[in-house]
Amino acid sequence: MVVLALAGCGGSSSSSSQATTSSSDNPCAKSALNLVNAGQLTVGTDNPAFPPWFGGKEKSPWKVSDPRSGEGFESAVAYAVARKLGFANSEVKWIVVPFNTSFAPGPKKFDFDINEISYTPARAKVVDFSDSYYDVNQAVVGKRGTKIAQAQSTADLQGFKLGAQLGTTSYQYIKEFIKPSKQPAVFDTNDAAVAALKNGQIDGLVVDLPTAFYVTAAQVPNSKIVGQFPTGNAGERFGMVFQKGNKLVGCVNHSLNQLKADGTLQKIQDKWLAKVGGAPILH
Amino acid sequence: MAGESRRRSDPALDERRSRILGSLRSGAEGRRGALIATISTVLFFTALALLITHSPGWPEVRSTFFDWDEFKDSLPEVSRAFLLNVKMFCIAEVLILIFALVLAVMRSLPGPAALPLRILGIAYADFFRGVPTILVIAMLGFGAPALQLKSVPTSTTFWGIVSLVLIYTAYVSEVYRAGIESVHPSQAAAARSLGLTHFQALRTVVLPQAVRRVIPPLLNDFIGLQKDTALVGFLGSIEAFKQSQIDAAATFNYTAFTAAALLFVALTIPLARFTDWLVARDRRRRQATGT
Repeated sequence: MVVLALAGCGGSSSSSSQATTSSSDNPCAKSALNLVNAGQLTVGTDNPAFPPWFGGKEKSPWKVSDPRSGEGFESAVAYAVARKLGFANSEVKWIVVPFNTSFAPGPKKFDFDINEISYTPARAKVVDFSDSYYDVNQAVVGKRGTKIAQAQSTADLQGFKLGAQLGTTSYQYIKEFIKPSKQPAVFDTNDAAVAALKNGQIDGLVVDLPTAFYVTAAQVPNSKIVGQFPTGNAGERFGMVFQKGNKLVGCVNHSLNQLKADGTLQKIQDKWLAKVGGAPILH
Repeated sequence: MAGESRRRSDPALDERRSRILGSLRSGAEGRRGALIATISTVLFFTALALLITHSPGWPEVRSTFFDWDEFKDSLPEVSRAFLLNVKMFCIAEVLILIFALVLAVMRSLPGPAALPLRILGIAYADFFRGVPTILVIAMLGFGAPALQLKSVPTSTTFWGIVSLVLIYTAYVSEVYRAGIESVHPSQAAAARSLGLTHFQALRTVVLPQAVRRVIPPLLNDFIGLQKDTALVGFLGSIEAFKQSQIDAAATFNYTAFTAAALLFVALTIPLARFTDWLVARDRRRRQATGT
């Protein structure tokens, strides 16, 4: 087994030197990892897989995009981490994990889940999070020509009917920082939220900034990013989700640190989330 | 039991009691039966409790579904959201009672001229009993406002109530119709022979008897309606289930679901007991008058 694993590591480029030096006592050697399915890295995310987080042509069972393509931010990050851990691309297996089941009690079907899940202390009591792979800002999307499109500040948003998607921290953001006068709406899925925005059932949709770019570009015609919220009061970050107590977290964090140090993570971000940043800030 | 035995012989109650406690007889045999019933009940539920609490995943299940601190945190918000369920239920119930009666009467109209109305009634009941509630809610809630008509409301709660009314009208009209058909034809015939028109006979003779008979199944449908108000959350309205989902997603802890479930049960139990009481009362009355 060790020999096989070493041979596998030798085949991949960057991790070979690190993995071979101390394979017998290195807890992050591929053979030492305690995996859900032996010999492969099982990665979960929700279906449909939306850009810019995932890319490529949709292919059954995946909709909209295909996480197996290696395209899109989260897909690229997952494959980069897998390579650092010594897995070939063909040894990465993607499974559908709806957001609601990613934190269900009991044994998990995935080694980690990568699905734009924000770290919060309360959530970290139930599952383990990796370090941040993306520091995210929330933004609000509205239709062009409606009153909300002229909003300049968070205070300007208070009179509008806002919506968010279930499971995102956007709803918490609305309640705690915007404090609107109208009860916000919360949707089970991205498409329900988008339908409500199209119909004018909500004036503004609060989503993370990269998703806001996708919503305005591909999902709601004639819509615009009204603005993004300042980073300061939220400090939100996405982490991969692990079964509580899974030792793999340490190894993934180690890989993430390497990816940060050698600039790979920044390159992936520049490639897939390039457009993000130009949105006006709502103070 | 002491309270029940104080009343004189009550066939309905006796039957209910025997259904719950098994065939109990008076005297020593009865005491022995009660003893066995108590022992078997205690044994069964103790075994079940032990099985659950000694399962390997119980500590995790207990902390994710029955966390007292989470419960205290989520209950006030979930209760507030539950008021929306109660509101939707109350508005929908009144409308359903009216529309369903109209539909039931439409379906029981006599004569060849009323055929289109009967066909319409049948098609309506078939369609809305056939389509899953959540689909009707999703299609109406997002579809109707998509027409972008000025006069069409966009409120998701409004469309949620409309969907529930459409669906439950179909169910309840069937209940009414069963009641109407259970009234013996001689009643209507006698009314007509006294010179009443079809509608007068329906209103003064048939319907009063029919409605009284179907009150238990009607209430049964309303218990279903109470629970289905939770489906309106799909449209974005924050009712009790949606609020508990929000709490669960924020904390990755399902205890808020338990809080929502308890609220629904707390509303259902009084209605269920009220239904039982109505059935028992109706049976007593009929036995008293000998019909």
